[in-house]
Amino acid sequence: MHKRAQAAIFIAVACTSMGFCGVLAEKAVAADGQKFGEIERGRYLAKAADCFACHTVQNSGKPYAGGRPLETPFGSITSPNITPDQETGIGAWTDDQFDNAVRKGVRPDGANLYPAMPYTSYSKMSRKDVMAIRAYLKTVKPIRNAVVTNTLPFPFNIRTGMVAWKALYFKPSEYKPDPHQSAEWNRGAYLVEGAGHCSACHTPRSFLGGEKSAKFLQGATLQGWFAPNITNDNKTGLGKWSDDNIVAYLKTGHNRLSAATGPMAEEVVHSTSTLSDDDLKAIAIYLKSVPGKNTSPEPLSATDPQMVAGKAIYRDTCSACHGLEGKGVSRLFPSLAGSAVAQSNNPTTAIRIILRGARSVATSAEPTAPGMPSFAWQLNNDQIAAVMTYVRNAWGNSGSKVSASAVEKRKADLKSRPD
Amino acid sequence: MARKLPRKDVVIIGLGWTGSILANELTDEGLDVIAIERGPWRDAPTDFPPNYAQDELRYHIRHELFLRPEQNTFTFRNKMDQTALPIRKWGAFMPPNGVGGGGVHWNAETWRFLPSDFVLRTHLTERYGASFLPDDMTIQDWGVTYDDLEPHYDQFEYLCGTSGAAGNLRGAIQAGGNPFEGPRSRPYPNPPQKQGFGHTLWGKAAQELGYKPFPQPSGNMSQAYTNPLGLHLGPCTYCGFCEWFGCGNYSKASPQTTILPVLIRKSNFSARDNCEVMHINLDRSGKHATGVTFVDTSNVEWEQPADLVILAAFSVFNVQMLLNSNIGKPYDPVANSGVVGRNFTHQAMSSVDGFFDKDKFNFNPFIASGAIGMCIDEFNGDNFDHGPLGFVGGGYLGQVQTNGRPIQSAIVPPGTPKWGAQWKRAVADNYLSTLVGGSIHSSFYSYRDVYLDRDPTYKDRFGRPMMRMTIDFHDNELKAANYLTDKYAEIVHAMGAHQIHKKPRKGPYDITTYQTTHLNGGAVMGVDPKTSVVNRYLQSWDVPNVFVMGASAFPQNAGYNPTGTVCALAYWSADAIRNQYLKNPRPLVDA
Amino acid sequence: MEAIADRIIPPDAETPGGKDAGCAVFVDRQLAGPYGQRDGHYNSPPFMNGTKQQGEQGEASPAQQYRKSLDALDRHCRSKFSGKAFAELVDSDKDSVLHGLESGDVSLDGADGKAFFKLALKNIQAGFFADPLYGGNRDLVAWKMIGFPGARYNYLDWIDRHNERFPLPPVGVTGRIDWTPKG
Repeated sequence: MHKRAQAAIFIAVACTSMGFCGVLAEKAVAADGQKFGEIERGRYLAKAADCFACHTVQNSGKPYAGGRPLETPFGSITSPNITPDQETGIGAWTDDQFDNAVRKGVRPDGANLYPAMPYTSYSKMSRKDVMAIRAYLKTVKPIRNAVVTNTLPFPFNIRTGMVAWKALYFKPSEYKPDPHQSAEWNRGAYLVEGAGHCSACHTPRSFLGGEKSAKFLQGATLQGWFAPNITNDNKTGLGKWSDDNIVAYLKTGHNRLSAATGPMAEEVVHSTSTLSDDDLKAIAIYLKSVPGKNTSPEPLSATDPQMVAGKAIYRDTCSACHGLEGKGVSRLFPSLAGSAVAQSNNPTTAIRIILRGARSVATSAEPTAPGMPSFAWQLNNDQIAAVMTYVRNAWGNSGSKVSASAVEKRKADLKSRPD
Repeated sequence: MARKLPRKDVVIIGLGWTGSILANELTDEGLDVIAIERGPWRDAPTDFPPNYAQDELRYHIRHELFLRPEQNTFTFRNKMDQTALPIRKWGAFMPPNGVGGGGVHWNAETWRFLPSDFVLRTHLTERYGASFLPDDMTIQDWGVTYDDLEPHYDQFEYLCGTSGAAGNLRGAIQAGGNPFEGPRSRPYPNPPQKQGFGHTLWGKAAQELGYKPFPQPSGNMSQAYTNPLGLHLGPCTYCGFCEWFGCGNYSKASPQTTILPVLIRKSNFSARDNCEVMHINLDRSGKHATGVTFVDTSNVEWEQPADLVILAAFSVFNVQMLLNSNIGKPYDPVANSGVVGRNFTHQAMSSVDGFFDKDKFNFNPFIASGAIGMCIDEFNGDNFDHGPLGFVGGGYLGQVQTNGRPIQSAIVPPGTPKWGAQWKRAVADNYLSTLVGGSIHSSFYSYRDVYLDRDPTYKDRFGRPMMRMTIDFHDNELKAANYLTDKYAEIVHAMGAHQIHKKPRKGPYDITTYQTTHLNGGAVMGVDPKTSVVNRYLQSWDVPNVFVMGASAFPQNAGYNPTGTVCALAYWSADAIRNQYLKNPRPLVDA
Repeated sequence: MEAIADRIIPPDAETPGGKDAGCAVFVDRQLAGPYGQRDGHYNSPPFMNGTKQQGEQGEASPAQQYRKSLDALDRHCRSKFSGKAFAELVDSDKDSVLHGLESGDVSLDGADGKAFFKLALKNIQAGFFADPLYGGNRDLVAWKMIGFPGARYNYLDWIDRHNERFPLPPVGVTGRIDWTPKG
């Protein structure tokens, strides 16, 4: 290689790995004017992939420095430091090592990553996009933070177990556009299945922790929440949402029907609110194309004792905000009529919100961030079950009954959760 | 020894309505702003959610949202030759505390003053002659006109989503609105609230008597509303737990629902709650403020340096702060010199209860909002000829019943025993068919012997002298009260009441009966530093980098609720600060 | 207190009296809590007598007032009614004592009977009409008596229905029996 180019590369690598981002790196590769563009693209894609959320301890002021505990069904795992720090971060990694980690789930030392890192989704991304993310991550502030990542209990802390898991659940495969679909749909598919890794939360998993592909995006329980069905199901999914509704929700956290709260609030702030309108539209088009089961069970009879009690509770309390017809107020109080969360087959999120209350997300576009109070002090398990059963079967809704014991189970689970 | 904090461009004392408005305006200007609030942070879902906000005992009877007299109170006497004693528990008024201030628990009645109110002395003298006014009446012109303030009234009303019917659109009188109001540039942002049975019947009776009734302008939303800052408010649900309560469903205009969520996202805004400002600090010349000193809950003293100080506390506390900081000459009523504490006023409230046949009238009093009601303005300000009557001033008459909360609404006809079987029967028989909430909202003009000063005996917990109120009604206000009460009673009679109980305001002024929290004056605005504390832009004559917001600026009180005017003045002052003061900090008006 | 409450609000065929409505329980709880100690009020000296317009200036808290006055009341009754305490008197005698306290004709030794009566009247009637979570208004009897629907928040479907009886039963902050599924 030409000596000058060699020198330039040396400077570039040395500079970025020592954190002299920006100026020197630019100067060294000034001849290659695309580098800046790649970093910008990488930043955009890093937000789409939401690396920040898992790899940053909230409010620590140490972005990407790892150390955030992530709850899995197998125990708590801690995210590693992905800043360019040489010793405690990924500053010493090569491009291939980075790509192998993100798209194949393999560390530089050959050990397998746990799928808390959603490489099963990121596998769909192109190498080009992953390299752009790498280019961006090389420019963030290197932070010295040695993280002990494998905090799982025995036997899950034995990484070789991942070999078998991968054999069952993982086939590395880059996304291939479907020629029968539009470019927009394909972009949406690429984002949802790849960087967006939506299925990591929204697809239920087997007891071994692998995604059940037959139930793709049909909703899953995690961290004491039920991440809802985001297929086009007309009762429990996005069937009643227009493309615009989906775009508004992802971009601002609020729409006419609903509001983001809990883990999704964080996701909106750090990830989807930063994506372009075109990309959000593509995501909407793709999600609406994933068919739902579209079952239409009969609503429960109004004379059922739970319905009678639930109706009284609803009128006396919930109607203050959610309205006498369950329609709520656009971008202020979610609509319970037609609500997917309310009619969800898994009432975990709805029970949690009634017990704990919920603060909806504040974004620049939607700063109001209305909150719902806690009802745990006011309603006992029978009453919560009754009002939920009522809401699930009023105003054209239909859903299974909720039992007092289901509420009790949630209460027990929530005891250990501070938030 | 106070620990010094990093300098800010602006320090705002108090984060209620005016504090929030100024903070938002000045952060928009790019300034680094800190607000220091004596009370706690407040937020609907955490502090007054709609599953326990509707508790009459807790909020109305036990005053949970208000300032504790233990934290700060005033002393009171009627006349200068009496000894003032502390107000040990609130009665005549309910001072606010906490972020949002009175804006959290106000009725949300949102009025504009009349054009004549702002040039009161000139106007009344022109019409009736100087000798028509009592010698010791110290009313004066404000230094601003209604036209100056019109765009800012509009600004506040659109911020709040005020629900009303315009009466005067750019000079054209509109049917269904207040024909006496000053011209407004555009309609209200929301249609008027719906009215209950009692309000509607009263309006009809008033109309049949030849008056022009109109719906009270309300800061409770008649429909869902998104304000210019992008904040959403919900429709008022007429819950009947409005005034003295926080609104649980985002439907009452307050700093929380109209400003704060946007303000707190700004990186150039910060706030300290539960911190009490002790005094504004001045440099050696005494003519320039260097910031404030405040105390936190650990009793640690801090100094917050700033280039601009906005005093935005409740009116009486503004006056106390000025006196504690040696800003302006304290008023001496005997020598008739000085200005700080002068022209202190309240409101002269009367009412009429109407008792109706329970088999024919069911008013459902519990279905209401804080600013619902039908009003007439024929007897406000100088809207009528006072010549033959021998008094000046007046107020709106309104059937504005806001609730049916039983502890306060167990009204029985006069003469009924106050307890026992007859009382119990009478309460049951009259609850649904009695119209209280008859509001006669008279003005309270200013007098030489009604004022604020520092109490010689009682001190607050920091050793600062308490504010002493010397206040009593004068004949003028009592005459007006009687006259207006009789007019009101005629309307109730025309409605078909079988018994009417007139309750015109009677002297002496009593600290135990609630008469609105509209305490005004003490730091009045004007054109002459000899009779005012602040100039027409609310800028201190003595310390030009101090601006004093609030109803403390009112030279006298008009026959309306004050908040609309308080906030219009805040926007007017903010405008002057942004466009005149900041480019060249200086006195904006020549003394 | 129960005896006083039952004369202030006597029982009748339709509605329980102050005793069964829990008014004495209410007063008891209030006195034991912040209200009884005048929490939050300005309770510092010097205490001086003022004009009527200057409001309460006394040193005694409501809890202290009740304790002193109830003691004195019983002493008064025992001395005037052959050793019977207030609660043991016949209703007409109870009423005459209460009327006397109210007017000032009956004075209590070591306590201000008139002030005490005013306070007790206020507290008992407040307890009758307050939310049942505070101990009075048991089973929402007072609200049923007058037709107050209670701690509701949404009347949007009723604001336009003029001169019609609101049909739903009262509810307190802690609910009503209809909130629990039957069967």
